[in-house]
Amino acid sequence: MKAAQLDATFSALGDPTRRAILARLAKGEATVMELAGPFDITQAAISQHLKVLEDAALISRRVDGAKRPRRLAKAGIEAMDQWLAMLRKGLEKNYDRLDKVIATLNQQQKEETP
Amino acid sequence: MSKITLETVGDSNIVVKRRFNASPEILYRAHTEPKLIQQWMLGPEGWKMPVCINDARPGGKIRFEWTNGKGGGFHLTGEYLELEPFTRIVHVERMHLPDATPDNHIETRFDRDGTQTLMTMAMTLPDAKTRAAMLASGMERGMEASYVRLEGMF
Repeated sequence: MKAAQLDATFSALGDPTRRAILARLAKGEATVMELAGPFDITQAAISQHLKVLEDAALISRRVDGAKRPRRLAKAGIEAMDQWLAMLRKGLEKNYDRLDKVIATLNQQQKEETP
Repeated sequence: MSKITLETVGDSNIVVKRRFNASPEILYRAHTEPKLIQQWMLGPEGWKMPVCINDARPGGKIRFEWTNGKGGGFHLTGEYLELEPFTRIVHVERMHLPDATPDNHIETRFDRDGTQTLMTMAMTLPDAKTRAAMLASGMERGMEASYVRLEGMF
């Protein structure tokens, strides 16, 4: 992946609504109306999110009469996996540090309770 | 030591689980006391949290600011909805990158498991109904005169 595309991917994934859209599309293609259903935002806002995802090549659209159902592109699947891996890595770092913090707290508690 | 599990559930849920060698009390403190939060909630190597406002009571505000010391930085704001010492914390948060991301609703549980504690963190993007319920409960809690004080509990 080129640097510019990687930037577009991560900025596209930085928004939880867009991640939720990708998670929904992972289950199968859907129209704008179907995608807007679970969210408390307008179809126009959903269309804007879809444009960002399309520009990042994470999703693609198909022509079906008057409908334009969206589906997850291969890059979208990979990007979701990468995002989850990144989230996991950040959390692992945090919790490894938390292990050290609680070891100190455990020690303090032991010393305070005779 | 312990490994985390991370799975997506439904359309907009992420559930993270991990075990710790500590009591629920200790874990609860590490999640709610600013001086402790600043020691571990730092993400990738090289980042620091110079500002940590964490008013751990229903309706209380959260503000974390991170910096990489090279001009890079972002912050998070949030509010506490429910706190049940030492087993459950419910709060909402959003990142400012600099535009605010939609609210992320997070329920964190600490369940004793022998000498260990299992932490379960469920992150949800709220829909309209959940958000209305959240607001209602936040207001109700905010009006309570008494609130949980963490200081001096140990």
